Amino acid sequence: MEAAHIERLRGILLGLFRLHGYELVVPPMLEYVESLLTGTGHDLDLRTFKLVDQLSGRMMGIRADITPQVARIDSHLLNRESVTRLCYSGSVLHTRPRGLDSTREPIQIGAEIYGHPGIESDLEIQRLLSESFRACGLRNARLDIGHVGIFRSICTRGNVGAGLESDLQEALEAKDHARIESLSDKLGSETRDALLQLPRLYGGAQMIDTARSVLPQYAELLKSLDDLERLARDNRFDVSVDLADLRGYQYHSGVVFSVYAAPEQTRPDGVNPPLCKNALALGGRYDEVGKAFGRARPATGFSLDLRDLARMLPVQMTLGAIVAPYGEEDALVAEVARLRQSGEVVIQALPGVEDGRECERKLVWLDGKWVVRAL
Amino acid sequence: MLDAAHVITIALSKGRIFDETLPLLEAAGIRPSENPEQSRKLIIGTSRTDVRLLIVRASDTPTYVQYGAAELGIAGKDVLLEHGGVGLYQPLDLKIAACRMAVAAPEGFDYANTVRKGGRLRVATKYMQTAREHFAAKGVHVDLIKLYGSMELAPLVGLADAIVDLVSTGSTLRANNLCVVEEIVPISARLIVNQAALKLKREEIQLILDAFSKAVGL
Repeated sequence: MEAAHIERLRGILLGLFRLHGYELVVPPMLEYVESLLTGTGHDLDLRTFKLVDQLSGRMMGIRADITPQVARIDSHLLNRESVTRLCYSGSVLHTRPRGLDSTREPIQIGAEIYGHPGIESDLEIQRLLSESFRACGLRNARLDIGHVGIFRSICTRGNVGAGLESDLQEALEAKDHARIESLSDKLGSETRDALLQLPRLYGGAQMIDTARSVLPQYAELLKSLDDLERLARDNRFDVSVDLADLRGYQYHSGVVFSVYAAPEQTRPDGVNPPLCKNALALGGRYDEVGKAFGRARPATGFSLDLRDLARMLPVQMTLGAIVAPYGEEDALVAEVARLRQSGEVVIQALPGVEDGRECERKLVWLDGKWVVRAL
Repeated sequence: MLDAAHVITIALSKGRIFDETLPLLEAAGIRPSENPEQSRKLIIGTSRTDVRLLIVRASDTPTYVQYGAAELGIAGKDVLLEHGGVGLYQPLDLKIAACRMAVAAPEGFDYANTVRKGGRLRVATKYMQTAREHFAAKGVHVDLIKLYGSMELAPLVGLADAIVDLVSTGSTLRANNLCVVEEIVPISARLIVNQAALKLKREEIQLILDAFSKAVGL
């Protein structure tokens, strides 16, 4: 039932991606670590299972994230100059579970746009994500957007060293005001004031105006705020803003976003709804990733774990299967074929044993024809 | 009972943290309907129908908030350092339940010299993570011995050379002929927030957060 539930959601999402012109790619499960990890962070390296190839003696890895594989497909295999839209779905393995009660074998699904540097492609990908959730029946989803360019601009202008930058990033992700205060005490007052503002700059779209008035007036920083404003205005969904959300800061280069959702409070199947823990989907712009493969292409996309999504949604109750008696008569065979064609699940019982116990309806011969009756 | 989608649950431990949080709750218009020291109830209602309190063990507070069983929590920095704080927002230093994390050793023990020579130190503590990080940053070899309480006893019976523990007034140390030989970090209680809750129940949580900030003087 669980598997069917996940598969149904996968079908909905891939169908939606296809209708928006995203080509499906199926990258390999196992690759040489150089291919798998070049240009990615230390985190991904630690999260990747490794083994030695018996043929070449070289180290191979089982993918822990499909996104870099897809970026490589775009930059090398396809090698197009024009815009490329790709989507994927597959299992990944993690040496350590990523989140609290996450599985070590998530089913990653996602979509990416390569070749467009502007905010319009970010908007397209965010709309696709929002529509995906809506198509799956998740009604309480909320899109939260941020921009890594804002923190990056403050650090660059304030000559913040790499080590301190990474400590500050960690503190900002926890909105740990006290820690930012102690980390930034040797920085210039303009930089320090700006950093201390960031953890408080979250909320509705009007927060962007507040940010404009309290943050330094650096050109690139203001441009980032304009981008966010455009996204908040033109997105057709409920959007909030968080300028201290810096997840994936190492490889993201622009807009970042996450989707949070409250689980359905009452589920028809009586299962306790899961507690809200963390973001259901993550995404953003990562223009530099292709550089490691020799061709930096503008890129933006999102991914999520199908298992997480499945847990948030009630299992769809379908009309029960139909059991048909064993037999080879033409009328019976034709009726079974017709029912299956119309989408009904039909089990033709095998003789001599008990079969079709899970069925809720049966096919019976009544008044000279085959009809479906409740069991 | 209100719809769960609008109830805010605050996890905290009884004792010092609960007592010193009361004025902050009051500032947000929240008065507990029972005193956890007298009642054995673990879920306590408040004067606000949309706010309830969970009485948990201090070291469990981050876990309840992290998994979303409570939206907010009041946890000591000591507990957060041990826990790691993954997946939590820590927006506010409440400046309550203040003390310090320190290394203590028997009077007369030459701590500075032992540490300088690169010698090996046996350290008893409840705070394994904090102690490990502290000595690793100093480049000192330590054998950590996990204890669950009465750490002061360990050096007295030769189980350890020193201890890492919370020190408030220092009277327990003095009573056992120990003294602070190095301070690790000042400790106070923090307001912690579940990340998804801050996104999904922002308006409700922000009101409490603002009232707390104001009461703390930020």
